[in-house]
Amino acid sequence: MEKGKQELMVAALKNGTVIDHIPSDKVFDVVNLLGLTKIETPITIGANLSSHKMTSKGIIKISDKFLTTDECRRLSVVAPNIVMSTIRDYSVVDKKTIELPDTIRGTVRCGNPKCITNHEPMETVFDVVNREKCILRCRYCNKDVSQEEIKLV
Amino acid sequence: MDQTGRSLISLEGLNREDIIWLLDQAALFEAQPNRKILDGKIVATLFFEPSTRTRLSFETAVNRLGGRVIGFSDAATTSSSKGETLKDTIMMVSNYADLIIMRHYLEGAARYASEVSPVPIINAGDGANQHPSQTMLDLYSMRKTQGRLDNLNIYLVGDLKYGRTVHSMLVAMRFFNPTFHFISPKELQMPEEWKKYCMDNGIKFIEHSVLDEETIADADILYMTRVQRERFSDLAEYERVKDSFILTNSMLDNTRPNLRIMHPLPRVHEISQDVDDNPKAYYFQQAKNGLYVREALICNALNLL
Repeated sequence: MEKGKQELMVAALKNGTVIDHIPSDKVFDVVNLLGLTKIETPITIGANLSSHKMTSKGIIKISDKFLTTDECRRLSVVAPNIVMSTIRDYSVVDKKTIELPDTIRGTVRCGNPKCITNHEPMETVFDVVNREKCILRCRYCNKDVSQEEIKLV
Repeated sequence: MDQTGRSLISLEGLNREDIIWLLDQAALFEAQPNRKILDGKIVATLFFEPSTRTRLSFETAVNRLGGRVIGFSDAATTSSSKGETLKDTIMMVSNYADLIIMRHYLEGAARYASEVSPVPIINAGDGANQHPSQTMLDLYSMRKTQGRLDNLNIYLVGDLKYGRTVHSMLVAMRFFNPTFHFISPKELQMPEEWKKYCMDNGIKFIEHSVLDEETIADADILYMTRVQRERFSDLAEYERVKDSFILTNSMLDNTRPNLRIMHPLPRVHEISQDVDDNPKAYYFQQAKNGLYVREALICNALNLL
């Protein structure tokens, strides 16, 4: 019965995007990041679902929306290793894991108030120094930002 | 050298050979500090944050090499106080100067300047981040007094938590198999991330909580730094430890004959005045070495070596 309910929540989508394997505590960050509170097409949001790969996961289905490269890049920072499927005419036409790139430009804000990036109209640049723990280092002030501390531009 | 153009922003990109080569060049300037290599060159010193010592050292270096200096020593008198961006200031000054030497209160300012500037940048300190010319003159002083950089016992004393110079020294010395001794009050201990850096780079270190004759008996270099009142969250703790990390002349009796005492200056109370006349005191000569090192760094940035 439990399983049936979950399947019901992720029922067939004609056109759109399925974002799967979102850490449960990041589901609403993803909602905000993609501006889903403002779009008018049907959306299904699931959180705290059981998962084979994770202790608990979230999933978001969005009708008639396809993510841009920029949105994917921003997602990779908030919730690394989520799986994105693109659906067209009920078929999965593309499925990929969104991985953290080696360098993140113009996406993350530096948490150091004395960093030049918080004072000049310029793009931030972070290098990933620990992929597993998602620790980023500001290329300008050399301060590290952990996953919990990440704030988007 | 892996740097942005010929700019010098940090020492991270330099390898052992680069460091030794720059020190060798500095030694040539020490042998002959007055050369007209910079004839016809204009160097801008932009000090968005005041630093008399560093600015005078750089400006003396330019003058001794026959170049001319433009610039400012206080950002309050410039357009940045009117809200001009750093980029605009750098673009404007690069129209006039062949090289920009800058100190800024914001971290990463020099790196950003080097990205937008058509002329090379030398970082003369960016907030708590980097101050590469200070580290190079520290290395120069160590090599000059000890005859080598390899296998030295280096004792770092005082504020090891916030001290920019001590962290940069760990980075630059990783090629030379040093043994570091960290001596500091508990509140100002070497941060975990830097101890991890040492472990990751095979740098040996030992931590101490007292500064006394016995602890420093095997030191080749004693590198003193200021313990600043404003660094303490608990002022009672400051009052308790402030006199415990003061070097006095009597502590030096049984130290090694080759020991030299260094300090990035300005000194306040951490080295007692009676140490000044001890032949092991080296901090004023150390500052003088900064001139030769900066002559080398300036000429290297202008591709004149």
